[in-house]
Amino acid sequence: MTTGTLRLRLRRGSTLLSENGSLIGLVVLVVALTLLSGDFLTVTNLLNVGVQAAVTAILAFAATYVIITAGIDLSVGAVAALSAVVLAWTATSHGVPWPLATVIALVVGIACGLANGALITYGKLPPFIATLAMQGVARGLGLVISQGSPIPLPDAVSHLGDTIGSYLPVPVIVMVVMGVITAVVLNRTYPGRAMYAIGGNEEAARLSGIKVTRQKLITYALAGGFAAVAGIVLASRLASAQPQAALGYELDAIAAVVIGGASLSGGKGKALGTLVGALILAVLRNGLNLLSVSAFWQQVVIGVVIALAVLLDTLRRRQAN
Amino acid sequence: MTEILRVRGLRKRFPGVMALDGVDFDLRPGEVHVLLGENGAGKSTLIKMLSGAYHPDEGTILVDGEETSIRTAEDAQRLGIATIYQEFNLVPQLTVAENLLLGRQPRRFGLLDKKKMYGQAQELLDRVGVRVDPRRPVHTLGIARMQMIEIAKALSLDARVLIMDEPTAVLTTTEVEQLFEIVRQLRDQGVAIVFITHHLEEIAAIGDRVTVLRDGMSVAEVPAGTPEDELVRLMVGRSIDQQYPRERSDAGPPLLEVRNLTRAGVFEDISFDVRAGEVVGLAGLVGAGRTEVARAIFGADAYDSGEVLVDGRPIPRGKVGAAMEAGLGLVPEDRKGQGLVLGADVRENLGLVTLHRASRGGFVDRAAQDRAAATMAGQLNVRMSGLGQEVRTLSGGNQQKIVIGKWLLAEANVLILDEPTRGIDVGAKVEIYQLINSLTAAGRAVLMISSDLPEVLGMSDRVIVMARGRLAGELSAGEATQDAVMALAVGEMEEAR
Ligand SMILES: Nc1ncnc2c1ncn2[C@@H]1O[C@H](COP(=O)(O)OP(=O)(O)OP(=O)(O)O)[C@@H](O)[C@H]1O
Ligand SMILES: [Mg+2]
Repeated sequence: MTTGTLRLRLRRGSTLLSENGSLIGLVVLVVALTLLSGDFLTVTNLLNVGVQAAVTAILAFAATYVIITAGIDLSVGAVAALSAVVLAWTATSHGVPWPLATVIALVVGIACGLANGALITYGKLPPFIATLAMQGVARGLGLVISQGSPIPLPDAVSHLGDTIGSYLPVPVIVMVVMGVITAVVLNRTYPGRAMYAIGGNEEAARLSGIKVTRQKLITYALAGGFAAVAGIVLASRLASAQPQAALGYELDAIAAVVIGGASLSGGKGKALGTLVGALILAVLRNGLNLLSVSAFWQQVVIGVVIALAVLLDTLRRRQAN
Repeated sequence: MTEILRVRGLRKRFPGVMALDGVDFDLRPGEVHVLLGENGAGKSTLIKMLSGAYHPDEGTILVDGEETSIRTAEDAQRLGIATIYQEFNLVPQLTVAENLLLGRQPRRFGLLDKKKMYGQAQELLDRVGVRVDPRRPVHTLGIARMQMIEIAKALSLDARVLIMDEPTAVLTTTEVEQLFEIVRQLRDQGVAIVFITHHLEEIAAIGDRVTVLRDGMSVAEVPAGTPEDELVRLMVGRSIDQQYPRERSDAGPPLLEVRNLTRAGVFEDISFDVRAGEVVGLAGLVGAGRTEVARAIFGADAYDSGEVLVDGRPIPRGKVGAAMEAGLGLVPEDRKGQGLVLGADVRENLGLVTLHRASRGGFVDRAAQDRAAATMAGQLNVRMSGLGQEVRTLSGGNQQKIVIGKWLLAEANVLILDEPTRGIDVGAKVEIYQLINSLTAAGRAVLMISSDLPEVLGMSDRVIVMARGRLAGELSAGEATQDAVMALAVGEMEEAR
C-alpha cells in the first residue's frame, strides 16, 4: 500500500469517527463506566441518568435552534425558572386552574423568547448581550414574583415528575417528545430550513427571499417555549417551583449542543446530536458520582470533555477544507 | 530556456471525486502559460498544489529542476510563488490598505505606521490603476474592485512565479487591458505566469502556451495561437456552433418599469423599462453603479427617490420579500458573500429561493425539492459527487451554476442577472443562454449586467449604458457594437474629469 492510500484510509477512518464522534463517545463512556462500576448498568441508575439528562436536553434543544442561526441564548435557564414560578404562582397562590396556568407559563416563556428576538432583530443587539440581559430580567422577575422562596406546584403538574409503572419516568418521555419535535422542525419545516440558511449565510438567505427578521423571532420564541417546558419538568421533579432553579443550566445546554456537533458559527446542528451531547454530560456526571469523584474534580473533567469535543469538531472542519 | 517549474503525474482525490488524475505541466520564465478546461476540470486544484494549499496524493513537483515539497503557503512564498485565488481571500472588515499589506504593515516603534501604510497601499493601487480610497473597508467594494486588490496584493510580493486563477472573470475591457499591460511587463522581466481564464479571446492576446485539462488529466499542450474552435474541441470534446444563441421573441408590455431612481452619491435619475420577452443588457465600467441599481430595484438596498413598477404595480422600496412576491428575482454578483450558503449542500442551496413555495402549512416537501434540484443540476451540468456535496467544495464555475440555478427554479417574471456567467466555461454558458431564451420565450423578462461585453452584445435585445451613476444612453441590438457601448461608457467619464 502506498503512503497515499494509507493516508487516505486513515483520513476516512477519522472522518467517520468525527462525524459520529459524539455517539461513539457516548458508547465508549457507557462501556468504560460499566467496567469501572457495578452500579452503573442497572435499570434504576439508567432511568436516573435519563431523568438527569431530561432538563438539560430540553434546554439544549432550545439552544440548538438558536445556535444553528449563529446566535446564542444565555437566558434559557432563567426563563425556565421564571416559567415554572409563574405556573406555581398562578395555580397555587391565585387558584387559576392548572391547565390554564400551564398555558400561561408557556406563553411567558415564548414572550421572553420573542423579547430576545426583538432586541436582536429590531434593536440590533448582539445575541450574547440581548439574552444576557434577558437572563437577568427573567431571573429577577422570578425572584420578585415568588418573593424568593419556592412555591408548591399543583398536584396534577407534579405528576410530570412521576414514573409510569416504575420503568417510564415522565421527564424522559417529555425529553424524547421534545427531541422528536426538534428533529421534525429542523428537518421538515420551513422555519427549520430557514434557520440553517440564516446561520450559514444570512445575506444569501435574505437575498433568497427568506424573511430573516421574522424567522429569527420564531427561532427565539421557539427557544423560549422549550425553556418553559424544561422549567416545568424540572419543577415537577421537585414538586415546587424554585426561583433559583436551573442556575447556570444554559451553559450545560450550549455545551451539549456543541458536543453534539453543532457549530457556534452557525449553519450546523442536529436534534440527535444535541440529545447525545446532553446524555454524555448526564452519564459523565452520574459516572463520576458513582466513582465517588469529588464535585470539584467533576467540574474539571467536564470542562476537559467539552474542550475535547470542540477540538474534534475543529479537526473535522480543517479536514473538510 | 529551462523550466522553473515542472509537474509530473500529479494526482489528487477528494471524497467522491478524482480531481486530478495524472497532470503534467511545465512553466518557463518569461512566459504566460494558460490553463484551460471545463468547470471542475481541475485547474484550481492544480494551482493550489503549487501554492501549498493542497498536497498531492501522488506525483512530483520540481522547482528549478529539484524535487520540492510545497507544504504550506510560506513554502510557496520562499520559492517565489505568488497566487491570486479564484475565490477572494480578503478580510471584509479591514481596509483596503490593511488587506494589501496584511502581515507586513509598516511599523514605527512597534506601532502601526498608518501614514506609511496608506502611502505604500496607494502605490500598489496606482500600479494596477484602480481608483479606490485605501482607507475604505473592503466589504463596501464590488467584486471587480476586490479582484483588483487581490491582483495588487499578489504583485507586491515580487514573485518569480505568478499564478492567476481567473483574474479577468469580473473585469471589464478597460481593467483587462490594464492588467494585460502589467502582465506583459512582468513577462518581459522574466516572471513566469500561470493564467486561467474562460474568455477564449484573451488566450491569443496574452498567452504563449496553453495546457488543456479535461477530467483531471492534461490532454494537450498547444501554442496560444491555436484557433478558438480547436481549443474548445480540446476542452469539451465537441465543437460549439454558436456561442450566443439568442432567439429573439416579440417584446410585450413592460414588466419592469424603473422611474427616476436616485440614491444620493451612488446613482441618479435612472429610468428604463424591460418588456416581456426581452433581454436588456446593462453595460458600463466598473463603478458605474450597475450593481447598485440592480440591488435597489430588487429591494436589497434602499433608495432615496423614484419608483419601481412590476407589471404596472409599484413595489415598496427596500423589501426583498415584496419584490419577490411581485415577481422579481436577482442573481447577485458575489456568489460567496451573497449567493451561496457555502457550508450547506447543493440540494439545500438550489432549493433556497423556492423553499417557501415548496412549503405547505410550514412543512417543506423535501422530495419535490430534491427532484427539482436534481433536474436543474442536470440541466446546468453541475459537476458534483451528488446533491449532498457541500457547495464550498465545488469548483468556482459549478458554484456559479448553483447561484443561477436556484433562481431559474424560482421562475421569476423579471430576472435580474448580475454577472451571471462569472467563471462559467464556454459550454455551460451556452446552456445558460438557452435557459434565458426559454425564459423570454415564455414571456418573462431579463435584465442582464455583465462585464463581458461580447456576452452583453450577443444576448441583449437592447443595451442600456451607465456611466458614473447616470444613464449614458440606450442602444438597440443593431446599434450596439463594442465601440458604441464603450464610447457611451467612457465618454461621460472623460467629460466629468
Ligand atoms: N475540497 C474539496 N473537496 C471535495 N471536492 C473538491 C474539493 N476541491 C475541489 N473539489 C472537486 O475537484 C474537482 C476539480 O475542481 P477545481 O476547482 O480544480 O476545478 P476548476 O477546473 O478550477 O473549475 P472552474 O473552472 O469551475 O473553476 C471538482 O469536481 C470539485 O468539485
Ligand atoms: Mg477554478
